[in-house]
Amino acid sequence: MGSMFRSEEVVLVQLFLPTAAAYACVSQLGELGLVEFRDLNESVSAFQRRFTVDIRRCEELEKTFTFLEEQVRRAGLALPPPEGRLPAPPPRDLLRIQEETERLAQELRDVQGNHQALRTQLHQLQLHSAVLQQNHGPPPAAAHTDGPSSERTPLLPPRQGPHQDLRVNFVAGAVEPRKAAALERLLWRACRGFLIASFREADRQLEDPLTGEPVTWMTFLISYWGEQIGQKIRKITDCFHCHIFPFLEEEAARHGTLQQLQQQSQELQEVLRETEGFLSQVLGQVQQLLPRGLVQVHKMKAVYLALNQCSVSSTHKCLVAEAWCATQDLPALQQALRESSSEAGVSAVAHRISSRDMPPTLIRTNRFTASFQSIVDAYGVGCYQEVNPAPYTIITFPFLFAVMFGDVGHGLLMFLFALAMVLAENRPAVRTAQNEIWQTFFGGRYLLLLMGLFSIYTGFIYNECFSRATTIFPSGWSVAAMANQSGWSDAFLSHHPLLTLDPNVTGVFLGPYPFGIDPVWSLATNHLSFLNSFKMKMSVILGVTHMAFGVLLGVFNHVHFRQGHRLLLETMPELIFLLGLFGYLVFLVIYKWLCVTVTHAASAPSILIHFINMFLFSSSPTNQPLYSGQEVVQHALVVLALAMVPVLLLGTPLYLLHRWQRSRHSPRPAVGQQARCVDSSDACEKGWSSDEEKARCPGGEEEFVASEVLMHQAIHTIEFCLGCISNTASYLRLWALSLAHAQLSEVLWAMVMRVGLRMCGEVGVVSVVLVLVFAAFAVMTVAILLVMEGLSAFLHALRLHWVEFQNKFYAGTGYKLSPFTFAIQDE
Amino acid sequence: MTTHSFALPIIIFTTFWGLIGLAGPWFVPKGPNRGVIITMLMATAVCCYLFWLIAILAQLNPLFGPQLKNETIWYVRFLWE
Repeated sequence: MGSMFRSEEVVLVQLFLPTAAAYACVSQLGELGLVEFRDLNESVSAFQRRFTVDIRRCEELEKTFTFLEEQVRRAGLALPPPEGRLPAPPPRDLLRIQEETERLAQELRDVQGNHQALRTQLHQLQLHSAVLQQNHGPPPAAAHTDGPSSERTPLLPPRQGPHQDLRVNFVAGAVEPRKAAALERLLWRACRGFLIASFREADRQLEDPLTGEPVTWMTFLISYWGEQIGQKIRKITDCFHCHIFPFLEEEAARHGTLQQLQQQSQELQEVLRETEGFLSQVLGQVQQLLPRGLVQVHKMKAVYLALNQCSVSSTHKCLVAEAWCATQDLPALQQALRESSSEAGVSAVAHRISSRDMPPTLIRTNRFTASFQSIVDAYGVGCYQEVNPAPYTIITFPFLFAVMFGDVGHGLLMFLFALAMVLAENRPAVRTAQNEIWQTFFGGRYLLLLMGLFSIYTGFIYNECFSRATTIFPSGWSVAAMANQSGWSDAFLSHHPLLTLDPNVTGVFLGPYPFGIDPVWSLATNHLSFLNSFKMKMSVILGVTHMAFGVLLGVFNHVHFRQGHRLLLETMPELIFLLGLFGYLVFLVIYKWLCVTVTHAASAPSILIHFINMFLFSSSPTNQPLYSGQEVVQHALVVLALAMVPVLLLGTPLYLLHRWQRSRHSPRPAVGQQARCVDSSDACEKGWSSDEEKARCPGGEEEFVASEVLMHQAIHTIEFCLGCISNTASYLRLWALSLAHAQLSEVLWAMVMRVGLRMCGEVGVVSVVLVLVFAAFAVMTVAILLVMEGLSAFLHALRLHWVEFQNKFYAGTGYKLSPFTFAIQDE
Repeated sequence: MTTHSFALPIIIFTTFWGLIGLAGPWFVPKGPNRGVIITMLMATAVCCYLFWLIAILAQLNPLFGPQLKNETIWYVRFLWE
């Protein structure tokens, strides 16, 4: 069988890596991705390990890289993906990379600082010129004032003599627009009567140097008289963080200043352009260096982390590492070690060692089987070398989905969608799509493909295509025969809205439809009576078959782990219990289908009553037996099944106890026996056997705790026996969901599509309305029946596998082999 | 409407799925996926055959017939002859 039957053989290897070649060897192993290192320094804290210094340096480099990445992103440039194979650089290169990176980072910081300073300066110049350019109306000329004008009398009568400072002074500046109103108010309150303030919005918007947003500044011109007022004004403007510029009274002088400013700002803008050019140059260098550097440093850090897990040998000349490796990959491992260590002139060695721990599970999958393996692993990764349910899941999962989803039309749509994804799977646009929902569907394209395919098949069997039945073969029911023989005249028919075809009448039922459900049932009003009976029995048959298959798979586990006693003491009782009770139920169903003909229809035995009476050891007089001797057979089966329960409960613990006592009481031949004991103790150690609650086998040193073993076996027995009943009933969801799907589909057709098809009226109008009706039908089919019902059936099929099927044989408490690899960075 | 035999479909489908499930595995080319493909073939054969068998056995001896509306009877009576 292929390697998917059970996980591969994985062994523990011990690697001796000479110090000179250790880095190169581990780097090569990382490229190949073969082994999973075990941490040999668990007791050592992270700070005390040998290569912590190197890891620190790598981390600092990574911080610088992050800073550079941020700068590149802020400038709106993209980092190109790394090209080619980039192995981890040797340790001596780290210094070079570090220096280069530091230099670039420092340069970048300097240039950006300069750039910022220049922009701030430019902003100031621009503000100044805006303030000067602003026309606040004719400024009050200095000569006009002789004192306070007659319109405004100061609040306080002047005490001192004639005023000393009658000159009008000016304060010009700019303030942020949101503070302008407050400034104006405060000025008026504080210095009212002694100043004239004029606020105007600047003509153009200036870019804020820090945020880059355009801001409209409010320029103001305050003319005041009095030194104290001047001081007050200055304090107030300081408080509001206004920019104050010198305001010259003469127009010509202001003009001159303005020209000067403009010249200065032009020069500054040139310098700014040069700086920006240099900045983009530096960013270009960063773009070149960064992708490669990121990958290399990441790999280097990973190698050092792996090296930290190795222990140093006593002679300090080589590192000792322990790793899990698949037996198949051992030659490749040894070759890789040979190659990478030969460059340094030394040789690295690897050899197998035995281990008592459970090795990790490794199952190699291709892109088709990967999705099925992943849904098995989602429940639990299998224990080492236990039977893997995935190869059977490839078919049974889509099949059970299809039983719940069966419709030719819907199945075909699903199949075509999946086919489109599969055919386009190699296109790069499809693979690199970021949408998570699309990635989910794309990852399960093979799953959807098989699900659609099986749905088409079950759709044909259910005879449903968008809820319509098809007459591929002519129906096996003859309405004409019934009508003729029962004298159904037109008058008779008009009085009876519903009439039933009687299979007892000759010529009415002409034989079972050869492929699927007869199409006449889709015309019948009592079609649910027939379909419910059919689907319920189908669910029970499929369920019992699936579960029996699960129990049989456990046989492979028992044989592989050399626990032959479990074949007799567990598998046999389980099978007898399951098949004796529920296999018998299946037998009753099939027997009734085959042997109870329509002539006995009135007195047809009820399987349900028979089954209930079987357990209660009673009988109903009105219920005919299906075959002679039925009661005896049923009693025997129930007694046999009940007898299996103590066998299941006590068999294995007593056997183990007996074996342990035997090994304890005969010490000398125990050498041979102990070896066997130890062998099988390996197999049934916790977590290895298929029933992971199994206690340790009595080895020479092991204690046999009878209570623990008994308790585990009791739990298993109860779980199995009660589970048989509940799990069989659980399979009835196959009936429930297929009924729901059929009914939804029927309702959608009857309420939407048929309304459109039955419309009468002008051809033109009807056809336009039909287009709209079909659009509604299509959208609802996809949204409700494909997406919603599809997800629902997917979920229930998954549950049936995870719980009802896998709890018969699968433990799922292992862990995956996660090899040391750089693969994540490479993609 | 038409007499359907029971034996003929049984023979045809048993042979068909039997060929796929029992004879098909012999023709799978050797390769790393041989085991998986054989498992798939046998599982498909078993599942599909069982499902079809259940459908035909359930209709072999019907204990009651379909209940039709009078309009359906009017129409189908002559359509299906």
